[in-house]
Amino acid sequence: MRRLNNIGKYFLMVRIIFSRPEKWKIFYVRIMNEIDIIGIKSLPIVALLSVFMGGVIALQTAANMTSPLLPEYTIGYITRSSTILEFSPTILSLILAGKIGSNIASEIGTMRVTEQIDALETMGINSLTYLVLPKIVGAVFFFPIMIIFSIGLSLIGGWLAVISSGLSNTETYIFGLRSFFLMSDIWYALIKAIVFAFVIVTLSSFYGYYTKGGALDVGRSSTQAVVISSVVILICNFFLTQMILL
Amino acid sequence: MIEVNNVDKSFGGNQVLFDVSAKFETGKVNMIIGQSGQGKSVLAKCIVGLHEVDNGSILYDGRNFSELEGFARRDIRKEIGMLFQGSALFDSMSVEDNVMFPLSMLTNMTKKEMQDRADFCLDRVNLLGKNKLFPAECSGGMQKRIAIARAIAMKPKYLFCDEPNSGLDPKTSIVIDNLIREITYEFNITTVVITHDMNSVIEIGDNIVFIHEGRNWWSGDSNSIITTENPEINGFVYASEFMKDIKALMQKKIQ
Repeated sequence: MRRLNNIGKYFLMVRIIFSRPEKWKIFYVRIMNEIDIIGIKSLPIVALLSVFMGGVIALQTAANMTSPLLPEYTIGYITRSSTILEFSPTILSLILAGKIGSNIASEIGTMRVTEQIDALETMGINSLTYLVLPKIVGAVFFFPIMIIFSIGLSLIGGWLAVISSGLSNTETYIFGLRSFFLMSDIWYALIKAIVFAFVIVTLSSFYGYYTKGGALDVGRSSTQAVVISSVVILICNFFLTQMILL
Repeated sequence: MIEVNNVDKSFGGNQVLFDVSAKFETGKVNMIIGQSGQGKSVLAKCIVGLHEVDNGSILYDGRNFSELEGFARRDIRKEIGMLFQGSALFDSMSVEDNVMFPLSMLTNMTKKEMQDRADFCLDRVNLLGKNKLFPAECSGGMQKRIAIARAIAMKPKYLFCDEPNSGLDPKTSIVIDNLIREITYEFNITTVVITHDMNSVIEIGDNIVFIHEGRNWWSGDSNSIITTENPEINGFVYASEFMKDIKALMQKKIQ
């Protein structure tokens, strides 16, 4: 019953978030700040993960190619497909749910328990629109950019791994990357990135916004935000794959 | 003037306020007092619209706040300044930005006009020159004064102060009390102060509402709270021997 109540509260919250901002100029500044916090500051971890994951995917593919019938360019092909279809949009979103989700939930949760949200409301400011809408716009705008960036670095990581270990050469790897390429895979990855950005920001904001109590409860909300966002990402991933790829 | 008429409020099955009625006059410091857990903060939050009332009405100069929605309700909220118990300053903003925040969000003032207003408000609370500090760099008393400056930035018609002296030393408490009283008289604001601090009640309270067991148990002014024989209010205000002696002295002074 409580879960159903929470689902209802979540959708009501989302409806309130999409109200007209008080001041467009301030809204724009806040979007830029959120792009910096959610996007730019996440780039180092995204870059690191992408390069190493790309390398590992390439090495594991090479290690499992026991059949002599499999062409060498399969390494590049599998690395590209795994990266575009699953690793960059989904695995990275799960990792970012931890980084960004906990940040958002603890920021808004702290504002709740220190009465800063009450202060906004008594001033006559729609606190949800003011606090959450710029985060949604920032994340939905920047997640696809981050995913493209991640795909690029992951493929470079794969190339570095196969070249440095002597498992393949540059021409064959690039031939593999270009083999059977479908542009729809990129659209699929970008759609997933947008949906996951929305899920992470809104769910984390929800758990932060409805925090009750003190510092311990902020921590609890933060954990819940990460766990629930991750579960919802996995469920959405399943349904999006069913809808777009099949 | 703010009128509270027959307000009931429950949380789940737990009723906190029972048929509470009170009037808070313009240009006066109106106090809501009572023991912890008796419903005074809930009453204040109902008045400012942070909680919805179950029954009854809240009137701001005749405008029925509890029946209004959306922008009409927000228009009244823009006339309200509130000082929260923990100050509720925005950590990421400087002192000056905190004071200018409602101006930048809710008015079309130019940067210069906002700066002038922020300087005026900070000067009024004796904090001019501290503009660039951040809340974490300020003492508890300074944070309260910044919160007062922010609360008066929009030239509010109604000022709410939730436990303005909590966590402050007696000397700083007097500074805050005097500031609230001066601002109330100077700008003719309807001020409502929620407090346990009996020193504040006696010093600056023009009208007093005593909330007990979720009801308006007693109302009066700062003189009548000294002379009242109401057992609940005497049990609350004059709980210690020291306060009983003070009461005897003050009664003599009044006579």
